[in-house]
Amino acid sequence: MRTIKGAEITEAVAKLAIEKAYKIGDEILRGFEWSLENEKSEAGREIIRQLQENAKIAADGVVPYCQDTGMAVFFVEVGQDLKIDGDLEESIQEGIRRGYIDGYLRKSVYKDPLRRVNTSDNTPAIIHYQIVKGDKLKITFGAKGGGSENMSRLAMLKPSDGIEGVKNFVIETVSIGGANACPPLVLGVGIGGNFEKCAILAKKAALRSLEVRNPDPFYAELEEELKEKCNALGIGPMGLGGTVTVLGVNIEVFACHLVALPVAVNINCHAARHGEIIL
Amino acid sequence: MAEYRLTAPLKDEDVVKLKIGDKVLLSGTIYTARDAAHKRVVELLDKGEKPPFEIKGSVIYYVGPTPPRPGMVIGAAGPTTAVRMDAYAPRLMKEGMKAMIAKGKRNDSVKNAMVEYKVVYFGATGGAGALINKCIKKAEVVAFEDLGPEAVRKLEVEDFPLIVVGDSFGGDLYIEGRKKWQKAG
Ligand code: SF4
Repeated sequence: MRTIKGAEITEAVAKLAIEKAYKIGDEILRGFEWSLENEKSEAGREIIRQLQENAKIAADGVVPYCQDTGMAVFFVEVGQDLKIDGDLEESIQEGIRRGYIDGYLRKSVYKDPLRRVNTSDNTPAIIHYQIVKGDKLKITFGAKGGGSENMSRLAMLKPSDGIEGVKNFVIETVSIGGANACPPLVLGVGIGGNFEKCAILAKKAALRSLEVRNPDPFYAELEEELKEKCNALGIGPMGLGGTVTVLGVNIEVFACHLVALPVAVNINCHAARHGEIIL
Repeated sequence: MAEYRLTAPLKDEDVVKLKIGDKVLLSGTIYTARDAAHKRVVELLDKGEKPPFEIKGSVIYYVGPTPPRPGMVIGAAGPTTAVRMDAYAPRLMKEGMKAMIAKGKRNDSVKNAMVEYKVVYFGATGGAGALINKCIKKAEVVAFEDLGPEAVRKLEVEDFPLIVVGDSFGGDLYIEGRKKWQKAG
């Protein structure tokens, strides 16, 4: 049986958390290039140029890309033939603790939602586990900003609302909250499952590369259509008006009950920080 | 759309020449404050006590920076969402605050108070934490140290790039800008 040490996991997580806070993904940088070509408002292009400059400065590794270095969220796939020497949960949490302290990242987590005292080390991270075949450990990490998270929404639609209902809900969500979520945005859309599964699908979608389309052509087409419709809203970079509001729409789907049509939109901002490691 | 260079603290005559869409490069002294600091300042004012920094003419920046590395004055320092400060902002305007820097839409009571007290709302580029860091030359905690990243800091800034998103005549770029480019929805 293959064995991984907890310390190895901690080290990998800490490194990933720091790297993502400073170096924004190439897919976002290509998204900025696309935005410069497609944004018709001069003020909007000026914002995009600032974001490009910001990415360049942050990539030096001295000042993070955005001051909200996020709450950490993980999707962890544990191979059933893998033995972990140590406490998996604690190894990941310790990685976040170290990464956020050693990397000079902001500690943005409160211990309790109502009594609001900072934990001072950005833990706990939110971790979703899945047991899978094999002997590998796959860790998908996201540093999710609070401003864009706050503009996210979920609805339990009626099956009769159909695809139009889904489209309307996504567009309405961007229309209501998009300006406050630091556009240009990456949308994570979950369709199906049940109440909690739908939100998790949306989160998974928000942490996917904006350049990867849904493997089902039906949903890939819906992704493209929603991107176009959201960009017709006129919100523009930073909400100041323009033709580029979203860089990409990612959809994840799951089976659902015959009376249900859940849909969730997890808004991610241009600081869409995510990464993956396989140990 | 005009371009201006301004130096904080600001006066009424600085504010009234600004219209939504104008670009401003701001230098001078500004203060940082977020929800918790706003709450405390308003509580002090309501008790008739003196706030711990000069509100008259002040520019308040809604920001919660990352911790500075050794030898640096501040970390990443982009704007936070303004709406959480909407409940407190009109009270500070009454005391003479002249401008706010943040991101995102404001409610009507804030917009009305901006007209009444001649106040401007500047948008900074959300998420541009590293870029804005370069404009901040000095930072010093002046109040509520116990609030950590939310403590009130006095900043010396140079050529901080801003856009007027709310002016003292009721103009709102989040509404007007979108109207201009909207094709659907
Ligand atoms: S919404 Fe995103 S880019 Fe904007 S401040 Fe929050 S984390 Fe940063």
